[in-house]
Amino acid sequence: MLAFGVIVFIVTACLLAPVYAHVIAHENPFASNITGTIRLNGKTVNVLQANTQGLGFGVTPIGPTWHFSNYFLGADNQGRDVFARLLYGGRSSLYIGASSAVICVAVAAIAGVAAGYFGGAVDWIVSRIFDIIWAFPVYLLAISLSVILETNGINFLFIHIEQGSLTIPILIIASVFIPYVGRPLRGIVLSLKEREFIQAAIGSGASDLHILRKEILPNVAPTIIVFFPLMVAFNMLTESALSFLGIGVQAPQASWGTIINDGLGLLYTRPVVGIMPGLMIVLTAGALNVLGDGFRDAFDPKAKLRGSI
Amino acid sequence: MLRFILRRFASAVVVLFTISVMVYLIFFATPGVDPAARIAGRSASPAIVEQVRIAFGLNRPLPIRYLLMMDHLFIKRDLTSYVNIGDKVVPQILAAAPVTLSLVAGAVVIWLIVGIFGGVIAAANKGKFIDPLIMFLGIAAVSVPAYWLGEVVNLITQNQLHSTVFPWLPAPGWVPLTQNPGEWALHLLFPWLTLAALYAGIYARVLRAELVNALNEDYVRTARAKGLSERRILLRHALRCSLISITSLFGLDVGALVGGAALLTEVVFGLPGVGLLTYNALENLDLPVIMGTVMYGAFFIVLASAVVDVVYALLDPRVRIV
Amino acid sequence: MSDATLDEPVLSVRDLSVTFATRQGPLRAVDGLSFDVGAKEVLGIVGESGSGKSVAMYSMLGLVRDSNVAITGSVKFEGCEILGLSDRELQSVRGGDVGMVFQDPMTAMTPVYKVGWQIVEQLRAHTDMTKAQARSRAIELLGEVGIPDPKTRVDHFPHEFSGGMRQRVVIAMALSCNPKLLIADEPTTALDVTTQAQILDLMSKLQESYGSSIVIITHDMGVIAEVADRVVVMYAGRPAEIGPELDVVRLPRHPYTWGLLGAVPRVDVKNRRLVTIPGTPVSPLDVPTGCAFGPRCQYKMAICDERPILRGADGHVDACWLSDEQRLAIRSQATVRGVADE
Repeated sequence: MLAFGVIVFIVTACLLAPVYAHVIAHENPFASNITGTIRLNGKTVNVLQANTQGLGFGVTPIGPTWHFSNYFLGADNQGRDVFARLLYGGRSSLYIGASSAVICVAVAAIAGVAAGYFGGAVDWIVSRIFDIIWAFPVYLLAISLSVILETNGINFLFIHIEQGSLTIPILIIASVFIPYVGRPLRGIVLSLKEREFIQAAIGSGASDLHILRKEILPNVAPTIIVFFPLMVAFNMLTESALSFLGIGVQAPQASWGTIINDGLGLLYTRPVVGIMPGLMIVLTAGALNVLGDGFRDAFDPKAKLRGSI
Repeated sequence: MLRFILRRFASAVVVLFTISVMVYLIFFATPGVDPAARIAGRSASPAIVEQVRIAFGLNRPLPIRYLLMMDHLFIKRDLTSYVNIGDKVVPQILAAAPVTLSLVAGAVVIWLIVGIFGGVIAAANKGKFIDPLIMFLGIAAVSVPAYWLGEVVNLITQNQLHSTVFPWLPAPGWVPLTQNPGEWALHLLFPWLTLAALYAGIYARVLRAELVNALNEDYVRTARAKGLSERRILLRHALRCSLISITSLFGLDVGALVGGAALLTEVVFGLPGVGLLTYNALENLDLPVIMGTVMYGAFFIVLASAVVDVVYALLDPRVRIV
Repeated sequence: MSDATLDEPVLSVRDLSVTFATRQGPLRAVDGLSFDVGAKEVLGIVGESGSGKSVAMYSMLGLVRDSNVAITGSVKFEGCEILGLSDRELQSVRGGDVGMVFQDPMTAMTPVYKVGWQIVEQLRAHTDMTKAQARSRAIELLGEVGIPDPKTRVDHFPHEFSGGMRQRVVIAMALSCNPKLLIADEPTTALDVTTQAQILDLMSKLQESYGSSIVIITHDMGVIAEVADRVVVMYAGRPAEIGPELDVVRLPRHPYTWGLLGAVPRVDVKNRRLVTIPGTPVSPLDVPTGCAFGPRCQYKMAICDERPILRGADGHVDACWLSDEQRLAIRSQATVRGVADE
């Protein structure tokens, strides 16, 4: 339950970010603010400070001020407010993670159940598609597709997606993991078909739709529900990796992965920028995993009646 | 058994072919995207784009183009990068391969040992304190982005605690095994640990679940009724059978590892492996290099899965008949 | 057929009770079971599913691994108390003094090891044979249970045997250390009828040559009639009737046993519909405080609200309040209607 609370908190905080944005940051978190200044303890201070250590070259962004509306966690190398970017970035990461999970699980469920239930040609086609997608190592496939589609968007027939739109990573990440969810679901339906109650239903003349709705779906649903939070976590991690590599979310938008990338150069001088987004990912993905585990335990059909013998 | 191995490798070849076709289609035949412009790079002049088009036979029918590309990649091995003009792709990849292999091999050994150890201990002490502790570590390990962990490790070992705890640690980089085994291992130490940390967690969790299931099976009951010690039952019967499903999990993971986590770890720790090569190529959208690395990466993975399947058959005699 | 011997019984069970703590309340799987097994004797334990017959035997050897279980009573093997011993202490009893054969031969053996290896494992756990000695003993055992070409088949994996053959291997393994007692839990239930007969034959033969006692658990009265010397009829975890096999089958005392025997198809009586016992087996969570069989019994009386005690004569006891006269009356009526009676 703690996990649930954590997720709700993070999600709400991020989703509502635009609402209270002006409370958190005075400056636009997406625009460079290299020459900006803020008032700190009564003094006017540069957001990017000249280096006094080392060789005296270059500038270092200010660190956490711990003042809520004023560069709470400090600035990054473009003078932008890290905390605000974390919140906005969180929106992107969560949005991508959740939508790709929804698409992935939905498509995989339909394909997997259809393949398992109808068998024959349908099964053959779906299984071959699964095989093809899965034969390609997951990350490499995501990288390849992203490289091709990211920089120019999609312009195919009636499908026009802009370059830099979040839809592209969503679709790519969703497609890449479809076999991962679809195969086990197909397996479950296959073994369900052998069970007597399905045979009985078929024998009594029930229509396919009826059987699917009443018999198959309730038995497949628990697995789908368990898969969902796990896939959100998985997809978030994949998105952050792609963004880190520069082929996920594109500037000017931000996600936790891109912020980590931004923080690379600052790692030794201002570690906050690189570390915080990672921590957010760990917390969110961890909470999602715990949630998934919780679902799995709750659905355990093993009767607790007799002990194991 | 021999027949099984032959059949398995035959199907690996089929898969490799499929992947090569897929790679080609993705990079050169995605609708709405002009491949010549891609290869020539972001800022190429129309003249160069036209050159590329002819060189790659992009005005010829699709199957011919595919064959040409495969020719460049594997037979002539003269695929060149258009960003670093003249740099041949394939030799670069081959030079980078031992780095990736060292990284992956070392990490695999560490995580298998730690993971199996952790899983067995957690299962044997089910319910006591150490069980949920190991499981918690497992969840934490699964939720951490690989590259971020590497960064944090670097931060601590190279910067913040460098002078106090880690003065003996060299700066990130690569030393070939043949040159100096000691330095080789030292440079790879933290990359190994970072990579292993992620996977050890997963494997401990999965193994624990499998063991707990196995301990409820009939054959464990028979073994107990035979008067065997609990330890022998756990290790020789339950673990032995659980290792089978771990093996198939491993087969699935090899793909994610080499193409993903290993790639990111190389970037973070500055190891000049195939992953870093891909990363640099991605920065510049150097298409030939990316395509080359993706292909070679995929090949390695498919081969590794085939090997894993053979190991699986060695472990589980029931599979050999098929 | 053996009478009670003057020697100590191989197995002596007194007042065994096995209770599981569950979310729905305490589940009494076994409730006050007592019986003896003499040397070279075959005891049959019969009852419906859920009657507690398997749980009783497993709990004696510490094979019930649930942490929510409470086992009380006394179980003496050759005079020594084994109930409550630790795993380590039980290791020499299990497999060495007591062999077990389980119901499902398909899953009883570890799938990744050859059958010879598994027999050798048991031999070397209880004796100090060398590997070579153990291996030849294993081949010998496979031959004794009727596996053809044992020298080759000793190196086969369990999945390479058919169901009946696999059960023979399991029996060979159980007998490998010359146990004083063999416990067989529904050994033939998963097999077809012909194989069933073969396995029962085999067990009788081996019992003769090894001189072990056997406890055979089954729901099939036919099996009892074929091999058992004495019978324990169980219902809802409680003993309903105990006695020599011939007595129980020819002159059953308990109404439940009447029902069980009525359910056995008989070749010689024509046009007889199988008698079924009305109602369904009682759930172990809802056993009545009085006679467990009460709710399903057509002869229920007021006194049956009090749990009957085992009483009878000549080693044939049962738990029922019906008097001898009442039973005589009921049985003579039944004969007229063709219910089982010799």
